[in-house]
Amino acid sequence: MGDYIVLIISCIFINNILLAQYLGNCPFLGTSKKMETAVGMAFAVVFVLVMAGVITWVVNQYVLTRFGLEYLRTIAFILVIASLVQFVEMFLKKSIPALYAGLGIFLPLITTNCAVMGVCLINVNEEYTFVQAIVSSFAYAIGFGLALILFAGVRERIMLARVPKPLEDTSIGLVTAGILSLTFFAFKGMV
Amino acid sequence: MIEALIFMLCIGAICGLALSIASKVFYVYEDPRIAKVEDFFAGANCGGCGYTGCSAAAVAVVDGKAPPGVCIVAGSEAALKVAALMGLDPGTAEPITSYNECKGGHRATDKYYYSGLNTCKALAALYGGKRDCEIGCIGFGDCVKSCTFDAIHMGPEGYPVVDEMKCVGCGACEKACPKSILTIRTMSERLLHFNEEDDALAPCRQTCPAEIDIPKYISQIQSGDYEGAVNTIRERNPLLLSCGRVCPHPCEDYCRRGIEDEAVSINQLKRFVADFELDSEKHLPIPCAPDTGKRAAVIGGGPAGLSCAYFLRRLGHSVTIFESMPHLGGMIRYGIPEYRLPKAILDWEIEGILNLGVEARTNATFGEDFDIGYLAAEGFNAIFVGVGAWVDYTLKVEGENLGGCYTGIDFLSRLAGGEKFPLGRRAAVIGGGNSAIDCVRNLIRLGVEEVWIVYRRTRAEMPANEVEIEAAEHEGVKFQFLAAPMKVIGDEEGNATHLEYQKMELGEPDASGRRRPVPIEGSETLLEVDTLITAIGQRPDMFFKEKSKRLDPLEITRWNTIDANPETLQSSIPHIFTGGDSATGPSLVVEAIGGGRRAARSIHQYLTEKPVAPVKKSLFKRHIPGTIFDSVKGIERTPRAEMPELTVKERITSFIEVDQVLSEEDAQKEANRCLSCCRICYNKDVG
Ligand SMILES: Cc1cc2nc3c(=O)[nH]c(=O)nc-3n(C[C@H](O)[C@H](O)[C@H](O)COP(=O)(O)OP(=O)(O)OC[C@H]3O[C@@H](n4cnc5c(N)ncnc54)[C@H](O)[C@@H]3O)c2cc1C
Ligand code: SF4
Repeated sequence: MGDYIVLIISCIFINNILLAQYLGNCPFLGTSKKMETAVGMAFAVVFVLVMAGVITWVVNQYVLTRFGLEYLRTIAFILVIASLVQFVEMFLKKSIPALYAGLGIFLPLITTNCAVMGVCLINVNEEYTFVQAIVSSFAYAIGFGLALILFAGVRERIMLARVPKPLEDTSIGLVTAGILSLTFFAFKGMV
Repeated sequence: MIEALIFMLCIGAICGLALSIASKVFYVYEDPRIAKVEDFFAGANCGGCGYTGCSAAAVAVVDGKAPPGVCIVAGSEAALKVAALMGLDPGTAEPITSYNECKGGHRATDKYYYSGLNTCKALAALYGGKRDCEIGCIGFGDCVKSCTFDAIHMGPEGYPVVDEMKCVGCGACEKACPKSILTIRTMSERLLHFNEEDDALAPCRQTCPAEIDIPKYISQIQSGDYEGAVNTIRERNPLLLSCGRVCPHPCEDYCRRGIEDEAVSINQLKRFVADFELDSEKHLPIPCAPDTGKRAAVIGGGPAGLSCAYFLRRLGHSVTIFESMPHLGGMIRYGIPEYRLPKAILDWEIEGILNLGVEARTNATFGEDFDIGYLAAEGFNAIFVGVGAWVDYTLKVEGENLGGCYTGIDFLSRLAGGEKFPLGRRAAVIGGGNSAIDCVRNLIRLGVEEVWIVYRRTRAEMPANEVEIEAAEHEGVKFQFLAAPMKVIGDEEGNATHLEYQKMELGEPDASGRRRPVPIEGSETLLEVDTLITAIGQRPDMFFKEKSKRLDPLEITRWNTIDANPETLQSSIPHIFTGGDSATGPSLVVEAIGGGRRAARSIHQYLTEKPVAPVKKSLFKRHIPGTIFDSVKGIERTPRAEMPELTVKERITSFIEVDQVLSEEDAQKEANRCLSCCRICYNKDVG
């Protein structure tokens, strides 16, 4: 049990996918201008990451390793994740229209999200068990959501401040992201 | 290598298969028209339509929840195509555009700039965005940043300018502006808008009973856009030629320039642009909303009825006016004399309103020639009653009915109708209001040698407009103040020869604060007259109520006006509305015009089956606190434009219009005296 807690904490804080690993930067900058969108995106990522974590783990374990095709991992994962997202979209539309309406436009965006891909690859590289893979995917997604929402809050404030012209918008966003990431380094010694 | 290929083929096939099975299993029937409709949309996903993206809007159109013209970016052509696809009538898409309420003006030095803020939102949040005035534009351009269509830029004065060609009405600027300065409205919404507490309103504009956007039309005059000024006035007042002549301009009493200097001559500027249109001999086009198929009857063709009919027509309803006299115009035709408002001009103005497709039936008296049952049978969904106040009060003294005695409205309206009166040498008019003055000035022009005004109180208490009293004085009218008529004395043939009156003196102040005149015993005096007109006020004639049982529930006040909610003007019978003198008692032309529009708004609500409700945060007969100043800094005194007038000699021998119009040069000068108020805020360029 203790192991899982350590895993969760390290995934959320220490190895935060956005601020420590610098993956998934496009949604990080793209959907963080407004709190509302950031929250929507965070939920969509949690949902997709867990699903993707599970399925890629299965594909890796029972197909790729079995046939000694590990070198095809990246391309296989891309295909699988893209299909998965499509599948999930269709499924939600039919079965849970309410959820579909909420996550709607964010789902297709995640198809090309490197954070999802990254987490799946990490799961494999770290040789996690099935359960560990699920927990880590979930925790990484939470970390993603946390960082995104924090960042959106900061950016909403920045909107009100006087920023020198050349630094406006994305530039100041990147600077802020850097500072935010520095603060996350403080978690390094935790575990 | 082969393995890899086979593997990729397999995994591709599996994914493809899974997806195709899924699309079969999880298939949700989607109307094929949705995709087609979406193709016609702009694909901007801007949300301006109120739906989350273009596909959601397309779904709404196919479900019949949104009109074909829902996409504000794609424009009317796309709306037509969508409508054709859906087999609908493209109908009601009125274009929406953004309107800037703020015209810049005199900006205060920017004292908060150094605290490091540069957005309107932040300034508004921290300091209420105000310095001298709570309302104006802050000028940091949050709206410009918010516009994705590049339709707003900061003008040279540092306030936003909307490019109407580029604006699609998506509403982003309205949301971004913390001061409600930019508003997204259709024409109908603008016509239906009444002053609200949060609006950016100059003091004059708050005061005008018709709520005309005065600073806007004055700034249009400044820039030489006279047609634009006419259109601006027409959004609130269809009778600008008449008002420009006869309005006693309550707005000027609140002009901010007037605090330190003479007020801007607002009404003369209105007359200037109104005459500009008249002189061009072409009615400017007036847009109307698409037809709604609802019908409204307007009873009474005075200013209130004309205004109500005009606004209802522009909102797309079909309107019929019923008027008991042979011509439309009401009191402004039959009361206000030719020398103040020439009939030819009034005809031209009314023609412009009828050209919109308003039907008018004259010589049709409600309660005599037709009744409420007829209107119901004809399919009128709502009725506006604006019958004015046409019954003269009488003196109730002996001899009042002798030959040569008339009452004010009766005399004026018969005169306006072309009747000739056998008038003698000496005439007296009893009363101190505008009708009394109109009577005496008419009598002078009709060749009566000696004309008297007999009034109970003193000149200071006369309710007539100061300018009118002065004009009467110039024209040689004599005044007998502090005189109460006692009886009219006649000769054997029953014609009046003398008016006997009792002298009065001013006693204790009464409830209204005016000193009450008290009679002096034994001071009866005779005034030799052969014509006597009583003009001591009037009230509405409600005889039609007695003619029909169906009107029994219609409540009447003790002043004989129709009892209606003052803000919605809805009477005690839900589909009957009122306005003008029949709602307020004798008042002003602008008041009647404002009332007509107010009633039109309620009737529109009634016809479109919405609850008839007053405006939220309404400014009805109120000013925004804090916008009426005691002093204004930095004003250089400049004299107000003089009104050109005919000489007294020319006047009293004819009925030619006395007041003349300003020259273009004077109008420009006068327009530039306007301070463009309610626009005082931060200075973008200082600091
Ligand atoms: C002599 C005089 C001078 C004035 N001077 C000024 C001035 O200088 N400035 C100013 O602002 N205001 C002035 N006023 C006031 C102004 O004219 C009125 O306030 C204004 O005309 C009211 O408009 P209304 O539409 O409510 O009524 P009205 O103008 O009275 O119109 C009512 C109409 O209803 C018609 N009608 C009445 N009964 C029936 C019926 N049963 N069936 C069908 N039709 C009917 C009448 O014929 C009339 O056409 C003056 C008024 C008078 C009397
Ligand atoms: S205050 Fe003026 S500049 Fe600022 S958003 Fe509103 S209209 Fe634009």
